Amino acid sequence: MRVRYQVAGMISMLMVLAIGLLWSTRTVSAAADGKITGTVKLDGAAPHMKGIDMSKDPYCVKQHENSPAHLENVVVGSSGGVQNVVLYISEGLTGAEASQVPSQEPVFDQKNCMYTPHVLAMDVNQKFKVTTSDQTTHNIHPLPNALAGNIPWNKSQPPGAPPIETSWKTVEVAIPVKCNIHPWMHGYFVVVKGPYATTDDKGSYTIENVPAGSYTVTAWHEEYGTQTQKVTVAAGKPGTADFTFKAK
Amino acid sequence: MRRNLFLSSLALTAVAVIALCCLSSAQMTKEEEDQRLGMESHIGKLTGHAVAAQGSYRRYCVGCHGVLGDGEGENAQWIDPKPRNFTLGIFKCRSTTTGTLPLDSDLYDTIGRGLDSSNMPSWNPLSAQQRADLVAYVKHFSARWVTEKPGEPIQIPPEPEVTAEKIKAGQAVYQRVECWKCHGQTGSGNGPSAATLTDDQNRPIQPFNFHENVRFKCGTTDADLYRIFMTGLDGTPMPSWSDNIKPDEAWDLVLYLRSLQPMKSKEKELARQIGLKPGAPSAAPAPAPQQ
Repeated sequence: MRVRYQVAGMISMLMVLAIGLLWSTRTVSAAADGKITGTVKLDGAAPHMKGIDMSKDPYCVKQHENSPAHLENVVVGSSGGVQNVVLYISEGLTGAEASQVPSQEPVFDQKNCMYTPHVLAMDVNQKFKVTTSDQTTHNIHPLPNALAGNIPWNKSQPPGAPPIETSWKTVEVAIPVKCNIHPWMHGYFVVVKGPYATTDDKGSYTIENVPAGSYTVTAWHEEYGTQTQKVTVAAGKPGTADFTFKAK
Repeated sequence: MRRNLFLSSLALTAVAVIALCCLSSAQMTKEEEDQRLGMESHIGKLTGHAVAAQGSYRRYCVGCHGVLGDGEGENAQWIDPKPRNFTLGIFKCRSTTTGTLPLDSDLYDTIGRGLDSSNMPSWNPLSAQQRADLVAYVKHFSARWVTEKPGEPIQIPPEPEVTAEKIKAGQAVYQRVECWKCHGQTGSGNGPSAATLTDDQNRPIQPFNFHENVRFKCGTTDADLYRIFMTGLDGTPMPSWSDNIKPDEAWDLVLYLRSLQPMKSKEKELARQIGLKPGAPSAAPAPAPQQ
């Protein structure tokens, strides 16, 4: 009888150890080389983007003497591709793949009294930088939902100020960012878990480092909301997902 | 028999693993509410207990801040600025860095002092113990106090002697970091960006007018003024300046701002003697835009 208890005890110990090992190694997985690519297009005429009156600040006016500034809520290229769409994997990633945080630091620059880029995607806990290239004072004021876990803050960046390096601790699609001094300046931080990509001026994107498997990809745009698609990535064969948003 | 034991150990392990996984996704329940009522505050030698403040909160605070502490009390609709929503854990008057929780003593000071130019009166008529209990009760509304610690308080070096040079240097800081964008060249709160300012709830909000007002929302002393601009006023357009203004510059700025205020002061007298005029010609603001 006692032997049986011992055997049972041993087995459960071994199981606990095995699970513990799995748990502790969950962040160490080989870099996956699969990809998901595609384009995001707009169906219909691109809405008119209003010009921006920057007369509040002569410095800003001067930066746009030769290239008038426009709102960037919807940026559509000549081929109908939509820029600033964030694509991320909303279903299908295992814990290990989702918890890998990229080491590169994306940069959110304040340039010519605009945000460059207008939308910055990043992973949970991924470090990013807020910089200023302007000779005018900005305040950078992200407004996440404090009840959901990310906490709003508000910092100044006068000319020549050092970069602010920080990160977000929870998934949030998306966190509005604004400058109170220049009320036309607004942008977004898109915080996701796992691999992501943002569309370029042609509406193209490539999500890198996706392991083989079946996923749901979500496309987010600040005006057009979200769309999802099922995608399968096989070894050596990238998945494809093209999206089309309908113009309002 | 052995099989039974094996199965039961398997089940036990599974239960343990599931329990571990669920631990992190707890939901707000009545039980947790009761647990949160165990919240304490520590101000010097005082210890406040949330559970002891239930009566005084219902008597003094609920009308504006509401039963849920969300700032939606029955009087809230008539009040501007709006009562604080305690569930967010975001406060204007802190000695801690932007984006962090305030110290217990910050909340205690706010309750005692009240908030100038708002409907929040001074609660100094309540006993120190009652106020400490209320601090704990305010904290119990936000889960942030369960998972987060208050931020690091900023260090304020001793106040220097007032000199004309320091006041002049303070004006240079005011110009360099462009306080005038909102507060105006004369400190009258009429800078080019003043008209479009909104708080985090998108409600219009005005920058402080140094020219007409004596008391600040978060205190009346020189150290309070130092703290206000270095930590920023979370929930408002006022950012934190602690990354971009050095401690000695910050004191210079305090002395300059004092010289703009209406009351008689050594700063005002010295600024008058050296003929200090608000604003630098090179940084004249653009006329207010039409929108």
